[in-house]
Amino acid sequence: MTNTRTVLEVRGLDVEYVTADLPVRACADVSFTLGRGEILGVAGESGSGKSTLITALTRLQRPPAVTTAGEILFHGRDGAPPVDLAALDARELRRYRWTAVSIVMQSAMDALNPVMRIGAQFADALRAHDKALDKRAAWVRAAELLAMVGISGDRVRDYPHQLSGGMRQRAAIALALACRPQLVVMDEPTTAVDVVMQRQILAQVLRLRRELGFAVVFVTHDLSLLLELADRIAVMYAGRIVELGSAAELYRAPRHPYTQGLRDSFPPLHAPLRPLSGIPGSPPDLRRPPSGCAFHPRCARRIEGCDARLPLLEAVGDGHQAACLFNTREGAGR
Amino acid sequence: MTATTLTPADPAPGSARRRVPRRWRFLGRRLGFYLAAAWSAITLNFVLPRLMPGDPAAAIIEQLQSAGGQQVDVQTLEAIQRLFGNPDANLWQQYWEYLGQLATFDLGTSITYFPTPVADLVWQGLPWTMLLVGTTTVLGFLLGTGLGMVAGWRAGSRFDTLVSPLTIFVSAIPYFWMALLGLWVFSFLLGWFPLSGGYDPDLPVGFNGPFLLSVLHYGAMPAATIVFSAFGGWLLGMRNMTVTTVREDYVLLAQAKGLSPRRVLLRYAARNAMLPNLTGFAMALGGVVGGALLTEIVFSYPGIGYLMYAALRQRDYPVMQAVFFLTTMTVLLANLIADSVYALLDPRIREEG
Amino acid sequence: MRTEFLRSWKVRTGLGGILFFVLLAVLGPWLVDALLGVDPRANDTSAIAQPPSGEHLLGTNQFGEDVLAQTIAGARGSMFVGFLGAAVGTVMAILVGVPAGYFGGRVDAALNFVTNIFLVMPVLPLILIVAGYLQGTGLWVIALIIGLFGWSGGARTLRAQSLSLSGRDFVRAMQMLGERGHRLVFAEVLPHLTGIIASMFLHAMIGAVLAEAGLAFLGISDASAISWGTMIQSAQTQSAVLRGLWWWFIPPGLCIALIGTAAALVNFGVDELANPKLRTARRKTVRRTAAALEKTGSQA
Repeated sequence: MTNTRTVLEVRGLDVEYVTADLPVRACADVSFTLGRGEILGVAGESGSGKSTLITALTRLQRPPAVTTAGEILFHGRDGAPPVDLAALDARELRRYRWTAVSIVMQSAMDALNPVMRIGAQFADALRAHDKALDKRAAWVRAAELLAMVGISGDRVRDYPHQLSGGMRQRAAIALALACRPQLVVMDEPTTAVDVVMQRQILAQVLRLRRELGFAVVFVTHDLSLLLELADRIAVMYAGRIVELGSAAELYRAPRHPYTQGLRDSFPPLHAPLRPLSGIPGSPPDLRRPPSGCAFHPRCARRIEGCDARLPLLEAVGDGHQAACLFNTREGAGR
Repeated sequence: MTATTLTPADPAPGSARRRVPRRWRFLGRRLGFYLAAAWSAITLNFVLPRLMPGDPAAAIIEQLQSAGGQQVDVQTLEAIQRLFGNPDANLWQQYWEYLGQLATFDLGTSITYFPTPVADLVWQGLPWTMLLVGTTTVLGFLLGTGLGMVAGWRAGSRFDTLVSPLTIFVSAIPYFWMALLGLWVFSFLLGWFPLSGGYDPDLPVGFNGPFLLSVLHYGAMPAATIVFSAFGGWLLGMRNMTVTTVREDYVLLAQAKGLSPRRVLLRYAARNAMLPNLTGFAMALGGVVGGALLTEIVFSYPGIGYLMYAALRQRDYPVMQAVFFLTTMTVLLANLIADSVYALLDPRIREEG
Repeated sequence: MRTEFLRSWKVRTGLGGILFFVLLAVLGPWLVDALLGVDPRANDTSAIAQPPSGEHLLGTNQFGEDVLAQTIAGARGSMFVGFLGAAVGTVMAILVGVPAGYFGGRVDAALNFVTNIFLVMPVLPLILIVAGYLQGTGLWVIALIIGLFGWSGGARTLRAQSLSLSGRDFVRAMQMLGERGHRLVFAEVLPHLTGIIASMFLHAMIGAVLAEAGLAFLGISDASAISWGTMIQSAQTQSAVLRGLWWWFIPPGLCIALIGTAAALVNFGVDELANPKLRTARRKTVRRTAAALEKTGSQA
């Protein structure tokens, strides 16, 4: 199964929130594969489990969240056997942090320590993974990294509050690339900035990916953004991936009613207009998930059995998977 | 290293030029406030005796007469008159005179130990109190903040669930009762420490080994009670702040960077969690000083708390006022120091007061 | 919804403790009379400074007074000062803090300045001087003084809270509708602060009980009134420690510490409920999570 073109394989990941009464299953049986240098978009409403997925992938979860099952296999550059990030203990894990997987958080304002200079926050990441690097060299490297995202290198001496919102966000991206990770997890990194800055940042991410070759898991509620940015897209609903496929395919022919609903809820940028429609209802309460397919109470194409049988992710095309009974019926009928 | 694409750097607020003045401006404003506070305390000291109902001067003189069984001498009368103001003199005139006397550190004359100047009495006690309160405040702050940090970092651990409720209990104990307990257990029952005083009276006073050792020995119990009573507040504050801060994104990111847990805790979580504790210093310090004054009384420690107690019983108002004046000034000074540390630790310096 | 806060054991224990002492304060004298059959001021000359025994459960003091009877009777004095002092202090805090935060501008500048002055001033020596001038004070006056000098912390909190409230939409909307300033403050803003004010009141009550004890300890109190403070004070002046009469000074101090703990527990518990971040740090959650981790065998 080891494949030099694969960087991450997630298999059957379950994440639960331990609560006083019923445990909440925020991620259920999540599986996907990520190729080297690929951008995988993860889309979903709030509460769909996409943020939980991020903290599980990066092993940043805090009680009461617990990964109860599954593997997160990371394939290094060297072709060595993959390591299961979910099974490493804290000490071993530290070696893989930032050098294998790094993260860009939603708000750089909150993600940067307000009382430390920008340079110091780069330097301690750099020096944690390269003991030979002295302080001076680390700061020089920090300035180079800032310059890479178009921020003047002398800004290393600034504190986060002295940078503008867009600069902070780009600095956070530069910080994520400091140790040349093979995978960068991005958690809605452009929600805190305006649209113009958003486009600049996305263009920069694409350029840097081309130059440095890292893969990206890009999480957002904004499907339209992913359609332009991502190579492949996974759509999450109620903790499960309900559809997974290439961005173009997903846009042209979504196979899950939820994906379709998401697509039809915003106007296309580069295509003829079509009637807009939203998705009625609201996301389910994960403490008491609906029986069968979690989407069935909101689904317009509901058929018999949707409230009883849990649809599994099945191939519906070339590299295109969806979890909907409707597809299965259709396929069977053909 | 890749070539840089030149995205024009967007204009940022606060370049290097503005950074330094900002910090100083904050401290300047605080200094201004403390000066105003000092002036208020000084004025309060002047106004209070003049606001009292009836004729307190006459009452005191009467009381002294009945206590001494003889006529009060002229000098004492003058001291009392000066305190309450000559009813014939202009209030403004009195006020300026009062300020002038303060400026030359003339705090009046003690009624009990007539004609000893109050300043002399206070100077005798002040170093002891400064020593006791200074060391215990710093120790209590460090101990409380340190333990609170550990409890908050390992929130829900056995240490946390044991220590935090216990601290709630300890910090609810009045200082002087804690002092009585300590005195009873360690000095009376166990006999480890002396029962009263600040130093061994049989030793010559001076900077020599045996004397300083006796100072340590005599001061240990009062200091321990103050630290024990005071550290709880810091601990609980720090614990809750740490619990909250640990969940901040920047702490999470520090962890994601693969830093050692120690570094994450100290440089990221604790440093930020500590800031509110430092701003809370003002409120706490007044309480600690008040508690320390009471503790001194239990141990008959030769500081100004004990002096004040004696003055209170003898109704020696000039001494009481001097003690209030001095403690206020010291507390204000300590706050200014705390603010400076804060300005050093937090580059953002939010101005709140 | 209203009883949500009772779900925390800390809140329940704390409220229980406070209720106990309130009952003690209300029923104390009757209890002493009916159950013990001892007058707290009666001098039993046959039992001077006796350790606890069947006849005097907590022993007697230097004057042959029953310590248990005094402790129970003292609850009334201490709680009275606690409640009155806290009431005065809370009202002051509301009168200063809420307008400062709500109106802002010059009103705020002036009120906030005064608040900060009282905040940094060491209050105990100040109260001492005032109480010292007012010779022969009663518990009423003590409580008033404590309240009048101990409001600054609460005012600061309320100022910050009403500052944020004054920017909220519903307040803005009422302003647009032409609602008058002071009516808005009391009818719209204040109700949103009841939770904070309640917790402040508890805090102030403990502060006042402690302050009364401190003042009584210094001999500033109504000599005829029995409170926990006066008990400790007379123990101190009679050198109870040096004679080993521990049963004399331990009960009143313990009562103060217990009621203080009760109030602090309530505040702590309410904090935990209001701040979900603190809630997840509870032992139960941590243990459950650890158990869940154990089951899956991953992670250290």
